[in-house]
Amino acid sequence: MSLAQHLEGPARPATVRVGGPRGGPPLSTVLRRDNWRLQPVLVALGLLGFVAYVVWAANRNGAFYAGSVGRDYLSPLYSPCITHSCISSGYVWGGWSWWRVSPAWLILIFPGAFRATCYYYRKAYYRSFWLSPPACAVADAGSTGSGLRQHYSGETRFPLLWNNIHRYTWYFALIFAGILTWDAIAAFRFPNGIGLGVGTILFVLNAIFIWAYTLGCHAGRHLCGGNLKRLSQAPIRRWWWKNVSSQLNAHHQLYAWLSLFSIIVTDLYTWLVASGTIHDPRIF
Amino acid sequence: MATLVQEAVPAGGAATSSPAETVTLRLWRGDARGGEFRDYTVENLGGEVVLDVVHRIQAEQAPDLAVRWNCKAGKCGSCSAEINGKPRLMCMTRMSSLDVSEPITVSPMRGNPIIRDLVTDVSYHFAVARRIPGFHPGPPEPDGTYRMSQVDVDRVQEFRKCIECFLCQNVCHVIRDHEDNKPAYAGPRFFVRLAELELHPLDTLDRRELAAKELGIGLCNITKCCTEVCPEDIHITDNAIIPMKERVVDARYDPIAWLGRKILRRPAPTPAAEVASLTPAGRSGEVISIEPRTPPGGPA
Ligand code: SF4
Ligand code: SF4
Ligand code: FES
Ligand code: FES
Repeated sequence: MSLAQHLEGPARPATVRVGGPRGGPPLSTVLRRDNWRLQPVLVALGLLGFVAYVVWAANRNGAFYAGSVGRDYLSPLYSPCITHSCISSGYVWGGWSWWRVSPAWLILIFPGAFRATCYYYRKAYYRSFWLSPPACAVADAGSTGSGLRQHYSGETRFPLLWNNIHRYTWYFALIFAGILTWDAIAAFRFPNGIGLGVGTILFVLNAIFIWAYTLGCHAGRHLCGGNLKRLSQAPIRRWWWKNVSSQLNAHHQLYAWLSLFSIIVTDLYTWLVASGTIHDPRIF
Repeated sequence: MATLVQEAVPAGGAATSSPAETVTLRLWRGDARGGEFRDYTVENLGGEVVLDVVHRIQAEQAPDLAVRWNCKAGKCGSCSAEINGKPRLMCMTRMSSLDVSEPITVSPMRGNPIIRDLVTDVSYHFAVARRIPGFHPGPPEPDGTYRMSQVDVDRVQEFRKCIECFLCQNVCHVIRDHEDNKPAYAGPRFFVRLAELELHPLDTLDRRELAAKELGIGLCNITKCCTEVCPEDIHITDNAIIPMKERVVDARYDPIAWLGRKILRRPAPTPAAEVASLTPAGRSGEVISIEPRTPPGGPA
């Protein structure tokens, strides 16, 4: 019998039995000694805090543009500003008078969907809220038969299956990063020419973090060149994949949080300035 | 050699802090009928790894202790265990990195069925390996050789570092906590294998449907525990699983990609069954079935 015949062989239906009793104490006994609860708790607090802040900031529907005090600062939560209340607060765009609630709700759908389907945030909420698993080598909330969920289906069913649309939210996120870049440029506009305020710096930092987060996206990394079988045949995409996507992707979690904070800080600052609570110091 | 020099300085670096006289390992002893932790106290010699201490216990106090090891160099992947609850290689975990003021627990991998003491049954993982078709290059170039450039293989070289310690398979909650998923799942080590083949510049098969339908890549929720425990520092989730998930999106969930294939008349993704028939398991009709968790006759 040749080797090929031997390998192909006649069909020998066989069953591999896996399972059976495991060693060590039951999986519900956590043997880890370190403070494994800390990370999921901090992440949960961070995400809940962000959502709470955004709900408050979006419902504010006011003081999101600082034009009235001589600053071209538009809160990132309200950008692009395309509804009626944008005009009434002195912003040049706007006009969709049929939209009656806060303009923030109209646009937050896009970055919201982007972040909700992001591979990093998925990890974060699966660990912190699904407890699936809360930490490594700690039994997940649906451990075989004894937990909250009997069966674990991961991302194979609705609604979590829909996380696979992430690449489409990324296309929109690129547009939004462009718009926030425009806002950062506009933040240099002062009534008597070009200037630089403390707010300008915040807007520039925000735009940088948003780009760092968006360009480090896993789906973007795939579409930019990761999907190629032979990177050598597409030198430009290879360069981008290697030097931009992959570099930023390695710190995706960091930029996810930095951009989250910078959005809050920028909005908060815009609100304080626009509402006249504080004065935005002009540097030059 | 630098590592040896480091060892000479006790943790904390202060010459005054003398290392503890003794260390206690709390080892799991037992088999499929049940078991318990037992404490073994031995002299603290310093400069040892956990496997050294386990070996001394075996030599001096518990000659019937079952422990699997081969290379003592982090290269064979035999000595996987859970040390203070963390999946690690015993031969690559220094005693100096652990707090020896209290007993150090060493338990077998809790994701696998037990054989005895620290030794578990890893046959599931080899059954999974038989369900993935290997390297299928196209025809060689006219001069009879194959050529590929370094930049094309750079990506897959990371995956070749895998030592098949199965620590990632052990920690993956999809099968660790939900054994019923085993027949329809491959696990992180084999997602690495899949990525190694799919990203290979010379390979011609399309395993995307197989990954989705038979190997359950959708069950992975990218929580990265595999990456956290990999002793070879393979970025399993970022570089293997997510690129594979994105390829599965190309094949199954992206309407623009689908339209592109129609317009450009590109081949449709290969059906899972067709690819599966190329595997040893597919040819022999091998299937994975689960045994009950409790041994016949109830737990001991
Ligand atoms: S990232 Fe996926 S494969 Fe890795 S341990 Fe988590 S669920 Fe398992
Ligand atoms: S991928 Fe890493 S953790 Fe998994 S079997 Fe290979 S070396 Fe071990
Ligand atoms: S993976 Fe995080 S933004 Fe796409
Ligand atoms: S004994 Fe070979 S990896 Fe530990």
